[in-house]
Amino acid sequence: MNPVNYLYLASLLFTIGAAGVLIRRNAIVVFMCVELMLNACNLALVAFSRMHGNLDGQIIAFFTMVVAAAEVVVGLAIIVSLFRSRHSASVDDASLMKL
Amino acid sequence: MENLIALLVAAPLLGAAVLLCGGRRLDRAGHRLGTLLAAASFVIGAVLFFDMLGRGAEERALHQHLFSWVPVESFRADIAFQLDQLSMTFVLLITGVGTLIHVYSIGYMEHDERRRRFFGYLNLFLAAMLLLVLADNYLLLYFGWEGVGLASYLLIGFWQHKPSAATAAKKAFLVNRVGDMGLSIAIMLMFTTFGTFAFGPVLAAAGETGEGMLTAIGLMLLLAACGKSAQVPLQSWLGDAMEGPTPVSALIHAATMVTAGVYLITRSGAIFNAAPDAQLAVVVVGAVTLLFGAIVGCAKDDIKKALAGSTMSQIGYMILAAGLGPIGYAFAIMHLVTHGFFKAGLFLGAGSVMHGMNDEVDMRKYGGLRKYMPVTFVTFGLGYLAIIGFPGLSGFWSKDKIIEAAFAKGGTEGWILGAVTLLGAGITAYYMTRVMIMTFFGEKRWQPAPDADAVPSAEPAAEDHAGRMPHPHESPKSMTVPMILLAFGSVFAGGLFSLNSAFVHWLEPVTAFEHGHPPIGAAAVTASTVVVLLIGVGIAYAQYGRKPVPVVAPRGSLLTRAARRDLLQDDFNHVVLVRGGEHLTRSLVYMDHTLVDGVVNGTAASVGGLSGRLRKLQNGFARSYAVSMFGGTAVLIAATLLMRGV
Amino acid sequence: MSALAAAGAASTGEAVQFWVLGTIAVVGALGTILMKRAVHSALSLAATMIILAVFYLANGAYFLGVVQIIVYTGAIMMLFLFVVMLVGVTAADSLKETIKGQRWLAAACGLGFGILLVAGLGRASLDTFEGLGTANAGGNVEGLAALIFTTYVFAFEITGALLITAAVGAMVLTHRERTERALTQRELSERRVREGKHLPPLPAPGVYARHNAVDIAGLLPDGTPSELTVSRTLRARGQVRDVSRQALADLRALEQRAEERLGRGPSEPQASRPQGRKEENAQ
Repeated sequence: MNPVNYLYLASLLFTIGAAGVLIRRNAIVVFMCVELMLNACNLALVAFSRMHGNLDGQIIAFFTMVVAAAEVVVGLAIIVSLFRSRHSASVDDASLMKL
Repeated sequence: MENLIALLVAAPLLGAAVLLCGGRRLDRAGHRLGTLLAAASFVIGAVLFFDMLGRGAEERALHQHLFSWVPVESFRADIAFQLDQLSMTFVLLITGVGTLIHVYSIGYMEHDERRRRFFGYLNLFLAAMLLLVLADNYLLLYFGWEGVGLASYLLIGFWQHKPSAATAAKKAFLVNRVGDMGLSIAIMLMFTTFGTFAFGPVLAAAGETGEGMLTAIGLMLLLAACGKSAQVPLQSWLGDAMEGPTPVSALIHAATMVTAGVYLITRSGAIFNAAPDAQLAVVVVGAVTLLFGAIVGCAKDDIKKALAGSTMSQIGYMILAAGLGPIGYAFAIMHLVTHGFFKAGLFLGAGSVMHGMNDEVDMRKYGGLRKYMPVTFVTFGLGYLAIIGFPGLSGFWSKDKIIEAAFAKGGTEGWILGAVTLLGAGITAYYMTRVMIMTFFGEKRWQPAPDADAVPSAEPAAEDHAGRMPHPHESPKSMTVPMILLAFGSVFAGGLFSLNSAFVHWLEPVTAFEHGHPPIGAAAVTASTVVVLLIGVGIAYAQYGRKPVPVVAPRGSLLTRAARRDLLQDDFNHVVLVRGGEHLTRSLVYMDHTLVDGVVNGTAASVGGLSGRLRKLQNGFARSYAVSMFGGTAVLIAATLLMRGV
Repeated sequence: MSALAAAGAASTGEAVQFWVLGTIAVVGALGTILMKRAVHSALSLAATMIILAVFYLANGAYFLGVVQIIVYTGAIMMLFLFVVMLVGVTAADSLKETIKGQRWLAAACGLGFGILLVAGLGRASLDTFEGLGTANAGGNVEGLAALIFTTYVFAFEITGALLITAAVGAMVLTHRERTERALTQRELSERRVREGKHLPPLPAPGVYARHNAVDIAGLLPDGTPSELTVSRTLRARGQVRDVSRQALADLRALEQRAEERLGRGPSEPQASRPQGRKEENAQ
């Protein structure tokens, strides 16, 4: 098997994640889909690392994880405070940007 | 010696600055300072004149480069002066007559509380006029040109509390703008054609330039001259300009400023010489104005307006002469100088008469004044004889030469022009005799002045005369002395100039001179001039000297009535320009509303409508925005792949 | 395993592993976006992430594989589950689309995007894989450490700052300032007396011994449920179970059985009884 299949898998997961972001209304699920997309990228980075024979890809994936962790913390805090004020976690309820 | 040139301008300019900025503290001494600085300018002019006489004919021109105002690559706007024989003539005329009129004004404006300001304006005028004639390039000339326009505006409207004066000032200003536009266009054309607007290079290069461009420049210059010198079709302002104080009428609207057009054409002689069409236009304008002004002068009962018509007519002579080319330039300037003397004298005389007659200007209410105002009578009479061209006096010498030159033009044109100038001379004799008789001869037709309330006391002396019969009296010394001096000029200047053709030789290096040969001989011309003159005087005497002059003007013939209305000039302007302008404006407004606003509003409406539809894309749902982002990313990737594929 | 992962080409074992686990990962991803309940989505995602951790290990990223399990599956996903529980574990999403055309656009974009990615990968020449044999020679963790603390040290420090900021940010976002003094117990009881209702403690939930779950409202003497007996949170979520009818039916069945045993009376309809049993069993 050619390790390039990992890349195909990564793109598939990424696309599924993106579709989830667009389709789901529950902010928590949307968030999970974002995480899925990040993980797909990480998989691609790890595969690239193997392809090029150095560890830089893994480092980037590592940083991605750190950033994702920070993002999750803040994002979930936002969701919690949103739920507190609106009793709903639907992203469509926060649609005050229109006229 | 050339460093003195700037002082010529600086002296009156200083006077204007001090008098206009100085405030009330200078009220008591202001008129003396203004007169002194005008006289200083005259003295400097005289010094320069004698210095100039001391040099050979070809080395007489002086140049002074003061500073570069706007030096940008090939565009050089220099403040630089050129004093040659032509400029010198004007300098002496302007400062000389100007000084005399300053002196006269001391008496004339004695009771006016704004006398200081008046002298400031007069000094401003002198400075601007000197700048005009001393400039060594057209741009600086334009500067002076606008300056005299401004001074003229300020002085015509000096008694701005009179609505008529304010309106007249505005009218003069606006009509002058038309001419000024011509001058500015001419200067722009010069710059594009010659790359410079200094007199020397422009006039030197005029010979080698295409006739079409020269004709265009010439016509624009002619337009400028028409505006400033009150020639047909821009003559309508001069009559109304008589609303200004009489010294102003004498200085600006008779002796100096209105002759700026003649100066301009003479100065640009090289251009006109190379553009016969433009020259023909000049001649035609001169000839038409000559008759036009003369006819208007015949019909007016207002003494100043009659003289204004005469001024128009006399300047028509000069313009005509200037249009004749080298055979006429020198005579145009000569007539200009002599006219400066006698017309200024006549105006000062008229002012003196008005001064003694409660500011009455209607000649029908004068009569028999010769006994009461002997000095005025004599000086006015000498001016009268000079202007009608009585043999031996100034006007005779200069006008006769112009008539000769007109005949010498040759061909049919020559005959027509000669006939016109002869006819003009006859009419001149007629209307001047009319003025003379109505004012100084015959029985008294004095009327009590109307209520002070009805006519706002304009001229200073009028204040306490309202409702009383006038008591004509001789004017004070400060007024009579200038009149006497000008009368001397009126009598002798022409003769002196013509002695050995001195004036022609004096100007020859600048304007060039060709001797014109009239087809019928100089003596015949002179003789016919005298005959025509006598006929004119005779008719006037028959009409006004033999029978009493009615106090209320008779209805008169159609021509008379038209002439009283300035030959319908204002009506023409009203119908053609005002109405036409209104129609044009209305159609432009209509076009603006329908076409321009339609396009603008249509664009706005369509953008608005489009936005209204596009707005619906902004539904506020984060997921919709995410879709657009995602779609955009997909498109970007597709584009990248496509680019790499290619 | 080290030698295996470092290789440029994948062995047969790895291929089998990829195809089996890869399928499960995709199913998990699909489950994440298709499950109605957030908690199911979270569990599916956790499965996908564990599989990804295995893939990291297979690709020679031992440190990342472990970190993936500890940080992602262990910490982040648990955080997700925690928030899901906090927000409401049973509240199922309606998958009905409310924005017109959103689903079609999303599907079109997703499909197009996926096709483009795959096409891009297909066009790229990615045949040669060097493998991590040399890079991992001194140990994967040591290799990563050498890079992090030399080349990427600034990025590392900055991510540290980012984490602290995120922690502070989360606290700021969720912390609620109390704007007035909390009422003491005494004041609360005084207020209750003043208002004149519920002077005694709130009644306990549950009906009889069989139903003493917190989500079942206590029954009033006439058999109707009392809302007061269930906690406010459950009421807000609409998770109160109503067993009043069932209890009445049970009572009736009991009576009937007693009648049967006593050998008298006509039979009541039997339909309700098995239902009631079933419900109880599910409990």
